[in-house]
Amino acid sequence: MTAPITAASMALDGGVLSAGDTAPEAAFVPSRGFWGHVGHRLVRDPVAMGAGALILLVVLIAILAPWITPMDPYKGSMLRRLKHVGDATYWLGSDELGRDMISRLMLGARLSLFIGVTPVLIAFVIGSAIGILAGYVGGWLNTILMRTIDVFFAFPSVLLAIALSGALGAGIFNSIVSLTCVFVPQIARVAESVTTGIRKRDYIDAAKLSGASPLTIMRVQVLGNVVGPIFVYATSLISVSMILASGLSFLGLGVRPPEPEWGLMLNTLRTAIYANPVVAALPGVCIFIVSIAFNLFSDGLRAAMEIRQ
Amino acid sequence: MSNPEPAVTLGNLRVAFGKVQVVDGVDLTVERGQAMALIGESGSGKSVTLRAILRLFHEGRSRIEGTILAAGRDVQALSKRQLADFRGGDVSMIFQEPLLAFDPVYTVGQQITEAIHRHEKISKDDARKRALALFERVRIPSPERRLDNYPHEMSGGMRQRAMIALALACRPQVLLADEPTTALDATVQIQVLLLLRELQRDLGLSIIIVTHDLGAAVEVADRIAVMYAGKIVETGTAHQVVLDPHHPYTIGLLRSRAEGALAKGSRLQTIPGSPPDLANRPPGCPFAPRCFLAEEQCRREMPPVAEIAPGHKVACWRTDEAAAAYRAGPTPVRAAELVPA
Amino acid sequence: MSVIPSAPDPFARDRGGPAQPLLSVSGLYKHFPVRKAGGKKQVVRAVDGVDFDVLKGETLGIVGESGCGKSTTAKLLMGLIERDSGSLLYDGQAVGERVMPWRSYRRQVQMVFQDSYASLNPRMTVEQSIAFGPKVNGVSGREAVERARALLARVGLEPKRFAGRYPHEISGGQRQRVNIARSLALEPRLVLLDEAVSALDKSVEAQVLNLLLDLKAEFGLTYIFISHDLNVVRFISDRVMVMYLGRVSEIGPSDTVLDAPAHPYTEALLASMPSLDPDNRTQAALLQGDPPNPIDPPSGCRFHPRCTLAEPICSEKEPPLDTVGPLHRVSCLARQPGSGHSAAPARALAA
Repeated sequence: MTAPITAASMALDGGVLSAGDTAPEAAFVPSRGFWGHVGHRLVRDPVAMGAGALILLVVLIAILAPWITPMDPYKGSMLRRLKHVGDATYWLGSDELGRDMISRLMLGARLSLFIGVTPVLIAFVIGSAIGILAGYVGGWLNTILMRTIDVFFAFPSVLLAIALSGALGAGIFNSIVSLTCVFVPQIARVAESVTTGIRKRDYIDAAKLSGASPLTIMRVQVLGNVVGPIFVYATSLISVSMILASGLSFLGLGVRPPEPEWGLMLNTLRTAIYANPVVAALPGVCIFIVSIAFNLFSDGLRAAMEIRQ
Repeated sequence: MSNPEPAVTLGNLRVAFGKVQVVDGVDLTVERGQAMALIGESGSGKSVTLRAILRLFHEGRSRIEGTILAAGRDVQALSKRQLADFRGGDVSMIFQEPLLAFDPVYTVGQQITEAIHRHEKISKDDARKRALALFERVRIPSPERRLDNYPHEMSGGMRQRAMIALALACRPQVLLADEPTTALDATVQIQVLLLLRELQRDLGLSIIIVTHDLGAAVEVADRIAVMYAGKIVETGTAHQVVLDPHHPYTIGLLRSRAEGALAKGSRLQTIPGSPPDLANRPPGCPFAPRCFLAEEQCRREMPPVAEIAPGHKVACWRTDEAAAAYRAGPTPVRAAELVPA
Repeated sequence: MSVIPSAPDPFARDRGGPAQPLLSVSGLYKHFPVRKAGGKKQVVRAVDGVDFDVLKGETLGIVGESGCGKSTTAKLLMGLIERDSGSLLYDGQAVGERVMPWRSYRRQVQMVFQDSYASLNPRMTVEQSIAFGPKVNGVSGREAVERARALLARVGLEPKRFAGRYPHEISGGQRQRVNIARSLALEPRLVLLDEAVSALDKSVEAQVLNLLLDLKAEFGLTYIFISHDLNVVRFISDRVMVMYLGRVSEIGPSDTVLDAPAHPYTEALLASMPSLDPDNRTQAALLQGDPPNPIDPPSGCRFHPRCTLAEPICSEKEPPLDTVGPLHRVSCLARQPGSGHSAAPARALAA
């Protein structure tokens, strides 16, 4: 070892290591960055990965549906109605108009996903904007925005969606609008509470002390920290959205026949529930599995984003 | 003493969470009626050692090895049911944050009488009387009225006293205290420390207190054990450890205190570097990389525990040099400064 | 060698000369409204008439227990909360007025917080956090990063290893070094350290205290050092201010105040420090009970209900902060000639 030196002389070089004294380089692990950490932990979560793979598969099927459906999903045959699952031609049976179930379920994934995911995405943008603004500005603006949002919470989301859809009339566009209206308040409320929490952190005070403008602080210091948790919450709403969207279609307020959509298919197959219960339940099974997958993935994402010091 | 059996005996205690060996072979004896302080910095394993005495860990995620004898019971052999009676019955514990020990929806008095009922068959009136006596015992002013307070209605120091009362409700033989005064103001801290001393004396209580503050340890403890990286590096009477330290780490702790500075504005003696990563424990003495006396042997082999005076045990290869260096005054610091902590 | 290229002479920005206080605080008040159960409106008198000066190049320690208003004072000095009344003069210029707007004041006065983790943005690397201040003040991105790296090296963190790290990847002591580096990035003259070493382990605390001493000498800094630990304050401060329930109870040179305290509260605080001598342990606590709530503080001298020297007059008359020795001021009737307190020194002796 080199000769001992005093504490004072050592501190004068500020504890910076000269080449000879450096701890072994093996100890140096390059930083992964925040999202690197999240990704690293997410791939180690088998449940979230499984759910993610399932979602990816469904999305792929939805995108490629027009090219890969084994039969024409619109072409029916009165002679081949309500075939059972396992039929030689219709692997998953046929519906009440004799259309191939598997083709319709594949094509139905398109609309179901579309009207399930789109409202959440739009609501994520609008709700985050409202919530972050209310949370960051605070004061009377917060009071006005959040009390207005509370009004929406007086109604159960199912009722609200049905009421809005009913008022706007049936159709894909209208059901997306009404579902967006259902989710905006929920996301805004979460965004507000997350932002209020962040606003009280010391690093926001430190940023203020450095002379940054409120807009800069919002952009650089707040946004990155609130978007993650809000996004996680939003992904957990996709399952709700899919179920509500299917519900609207089931009630005849959403997609109109003959377009295949899981909720609507559930409705039209309702009449066949005694004749062929398994086939009648298939769209429901799809809704169930996909929404569970979204939920599990969202849970995994939340866990992966919880980084402790 | 009619009963020579110690209050707490830990034999080669090892606690691991996953791959991380947090407590790595601790031997400790606390005699009846004695107050022992476990001191060390964060990550030294002092708190985990304390909690191991009550097996306060999730069974699936931890592994406890070695012997734990407390209040005459073999803690490792206790069934779940016996453990529940043992906790709070024979051995009880107080924490840094009393709000976590109390249920916010019941009054403090209700919780103390409830604790008494859980362990003993006793009438409601008698339990309430006992609770009142406990409140007087821990010197809570207007105890009758305070029994009907909810935890949040009390000030920090009073809550700490109330938690001590709760811990004493079933007349335990051993009281474990985990940083009991860290969150308190200075004028309140000394009151609580003096209270613990008084309880030890008057009730013959055995106390193990975990703290990072050497000053608090000296105020309550008869004996002090210094922990570093999951091992006890020095034990002895408070007098031996504080006034005649033989381990370089203890010396570093004493020297780095602000009141030990020679003059205002002079630099403090520091322990260079930071504690080892417990998941990648280096061979040899865990303190060697930061030690001003370390030599080849220290980095190779873990030093054995040597009894350098009756009751004064030190785990170091170079106890004589260390003690001499302390008596000689300011210690030379080793050249290679590690990454600052 | 200074690592901050643009600050060759720390006193270049000085206006009033060494005799003019760097910061002069007078009549500072802050009351927070609270609503107690029952709907009655009350106020927490967090800071209730505080005056003091911070001299150029000194370290002023502020001590006191919870509820004494030391942290609120820190926030008021930084403008993080708005003061009810009172004035701040920075080197002779009124802060918040046209000559010294908050923006330019803050470039000269910076703060280090107690919680090293909460005061760093978890989504920003250490280097980004330090460079943020210079960037928003018009320093080019590259230059700001260079400055951040130089400061990291200066606080003892090798830039190559630490610049790209996130706060959760480094230890508490290292994080506090980063916070100190950030506070220096704007080349301030005054740094306010609010319990900046309280959360650290003792051996780490000593390392950081040494660093603070070095930085002060190198950059010609002035410190306000807030802490509950009298030993640390004694070590680092030139002068000490003791606060109790929103008021200053004693202020003076730290040797005088901490070795020969004039205020009974300071005395009690000192007596509460655990002794490090096992053969001479503390026998009795001077104070009983907890510090009272700053809602509804006692009349007259706020310390009188817990004071050993209290007399009827203490509950009637508010003691002014009077000089009792060189630079040493105390607000205690027992120390003030002609106050009516029986222990008060005779008028002639005081002159």
